Amino acid sequence: MPIDESVKQAVLNAVPSLRAFAISLCGNVDRADDLVQETLLRALANINSFQPGTNMSAWLFTILRNHFRSEYRKRRREVEDADGSYAETLKSHPEQHGRMEFSEFKTALQQLPSDQREALILVGASGFSYEEAAHICGCAVGTIKSRVNRARTRLAELMAIDGVDDFGPDRTTRAVLAGNDR
Amino acid sequence: MNEGDKPGGPRKAMETSSSRSKKQTAKLSRDVQAKLGQQLRAMYDDVLSQGVPDRFADLLTRLDGNGNKDKH
Repeated sequence: MPIDESVKQAVLNAVPSLRAFAISLCGNVDRADDLVQETLLRALANINSFQPGTNMSAWLFTILRNHFRSEYRKRRREVEDADGSYAETLKSHPEQHGRMEFSEFKTALQQLPSDQREALILVGASGFSYEEAAHICGCAVGTIKSRVNRARTRLAELMAIDGVDDFGPDRTTRAVLAGNDR
Repeated sequence: MNEGDKPGGPRKAMETSSSRSKKQTAKLSRDVQAKLGQQLRAMYDDVLSQGVPDRFADLLTRLDGNGNKDKH
């Protein structure tokens, strides 16, 4: 299946942000890369449904997001993996890709309900407008706004509870650094 | 307190989008919001800076397969 050069370029250009979105959504680099790969395969198989002139990146984000949600639901049924237990895994094994200083933030992010997490990332990091984010998530603009607000509030709570000293190294790291003598 | 010895990313970049929403700023301090925004973007940008892994470039080339082989 030959791919139009401009389509190929647009898809390649979107890959870094698709990965960043996927990693933020699922908190795991390998799974995120699989998610991106599946997204690209789906997108190219359905390239005819892409309307030229519209935002390719938003289209790809929509596919990734929908795919993640259906996979996520399946996984939840298979392994009763509550968000919290996965977050604990992240905490004891900080992502190799991320710097140490992000580990506490990542843990908190993974504790958000997924609809709040995706809204926050789309608006707060991916640079989409509320309207575009609403389109990607298939909901009303007001819904996105309230999800983003709730996500921020919840994150702030989580970080405040977990971090003795806001946003510094997490407790474990600090204990190690301090030698943790008792 | 020990603000000085933190790695501290660029402070200006994060102010723009987080200072927009006035209503929720009432609930969350502007400082906390700015820090959250900064962390989120720093985490995100860390991935962006990795560019396109070979895996994806190869995938597109493979899918393109029987089509044009021209690479620049």
